[in-house]
Amino acid sequence: MSTAMTKDQILAATLEELTNVAPDLADETIPPDADLREVFDLDSMDFLNWFTALHRRLGVDIPELDYPKLRSMDDVATYLAARLGGL
Amino acid sequence: MISLYRMPSLGADMEAGTLIEWVLQPGQTFAKGDVIAVVETQKGAIEVEVFHDGVMGRQLIEVGQTVPVGTPLAELEAAMVTPPDQRTGVQSGGLTEVLSESLPADMTASAIGVTEAAPPLAPSPQAPFPKLSTPVAPSSGESPPRSAPLIPPSPSMPEAVDPRASPAARRLAQQRGLSLDGLVGTGPGGAIVLADVRSAAVALASGTPQAAPRAPAPSPTVPPLATPAASATAGRRPAHPGLDLAAMRQAIAAAMAHAKREIPHYYLSQDVDLTPASDWLAQRNAELPPERRLLMGVLFIKAVALTLKGFPELNGFDREGRFEPSAAIHVGCATAIRGGGLVAPAIHDTDHLDLDTLMAKLRDLVARVRSGGLRASELADPTITVSSLGERGVDRLYGIIYPPQVAIVGFGTPRPAPWVLEDRVVPRQVVTVTLAADHRHSDGHRGALFLAQVAQRLHEPENL
Repeated sequence: MSTAMTKDQILAATLEELTNVAPDLADETIPPDADLREVFDLDSMDFLNWFTALHRRLGVDIPELDYPKLRSMDDVATYLAARLGGL
Repeated sequence: MISLYRMPSLGADMEAGTLIEWVLQPGQTFAKGDVIAVVETQKGAIEVEVFHDGVMGRQLIEVGQTVPVGTPLAELEAAMVTPPDQRTGVQSGGLTEVLSESLPADMTASAIGVTEAAPPLAPSPQAPFPKLSTPVAPSSGESPPRSAPLIPPSPSMPEAVDPRASPAARRLAQQRGLSLDGLVGTGPGGAIVLADVRSAAVALASGTPQAAPRAPAPSPTVPPLATPAASATAGRRPAHPGLDLAAMRQAIAAAMAHAKREIPHYYLSQDVDLTPASDWLAQRNAELPPERRLLMGVLFIKAVALTLKGFPELNGFDREGRFEPSAAIHVGCATAIRGGGLVAPAIHDTDHLDLDTLMAKLRDLVARVRSGGLRASELADPTITVSSLGERGVDRLYGIIYPPQVAIVGFGTPRPAPWVLEDRVVPRQVVTVTLAADHRHSDGHRGALFLAQVAQRLHEPENL
């Protein structure tokens, strides 16, 4: 399934998993380029849970070394798209 | 034999709770640890548990009712003849909170706190909760009069006229200056419940300019309550289901004012070379999928729990100035709530858990802080608190003890810093660990030894 995903689909999946691990953000409008740490107060536990969920869903592992460059929804979606071989 | 299940106390700051759901219905059997009901408190919706096996009896209050701590909620029938279980609450003031006791159903609230051990019908074996069964001066005269109304009825808070609304909802609406008339109730029978008032308040607030950042100006006394990343949520509106942040703020205020007034804190601080632990952790996590990775915070919690075994004077409760040590080590993990506030629920028997289990429990705990579903025992049982600022904080935090605990350990944000190693200055990963402890029960010398041992354990992460 993953090969056929568009960037928008990946972004949607990314958002869905984010609000699963941080249900308190479900009612928020999260701009794709917002720094999730700074603006939405995501902590290391949230990021880890989020990446765990994305790993399960898309099969893409995000090594810890890459965490620092993943600060927004866009960052993560672009990263996942590249790793999924699309775009 | 019928016993009463009473509104539990979930901390020194809790005066009353609102029943929001009966989980057990009359006639249902239950086992020790089962959830009997969900109660809304200042810490959100909490699942309250039973402490022995039995059969659910009559329900004595209705969903939506707010009652003081100690008020009978339901009758329980013992599955067989058992001694009355007792549980020590964590009320400051040395109150014994007997959650379930062998008393007639019509016992008045004035008897609460008195361990009325009705003569057991059978020879009682050892108490089912050895670690908690220490009688805590049940008859101590210092207990506040429990029969007094715990929430003074406010004259401007009329009881249920139209529209129907829960008392908590009324109170919040009053605080926010909202009229109940225009609100749509989603509670039983269309009653207005807290969540309705909250969403109305949020709707009202949207469109107003964002509040100023809550981040406190740098100050020598950073309250522990502004922990992990809560401090920089520049004015975002809280979006937390089932949680009344205004009420939580009041609860925190009450507990912290009590702590600052009553507890003679002493403070110690130690910089620790965290490089061995960070390297060990990075290497370990690099080989594992995300679901098996650990966070540094887990190492901190475990190091504290193991070290506490040698420092009983830091692990337990102050009961009216007397120290009651706890044989079990239940570390309360301060967890920030986005939008403001925090809770520090316990991970039980922390010292016995390996790192993977501890991590799983911490994940679960944080998830339930975010989405609701904390257990009463998790709120009532912590024997010490650990507050860890995580990645986005400051170098060090000066904790305020959460009564009736006697110590809080703080971990600042790990940072690269110059460090002297074998006569050379080298860059190392450094974390500052602090201890705030109750000088009535321990001294700085012991506290210093404690921090030194925590540091030593962090130097040997493979042994955690």
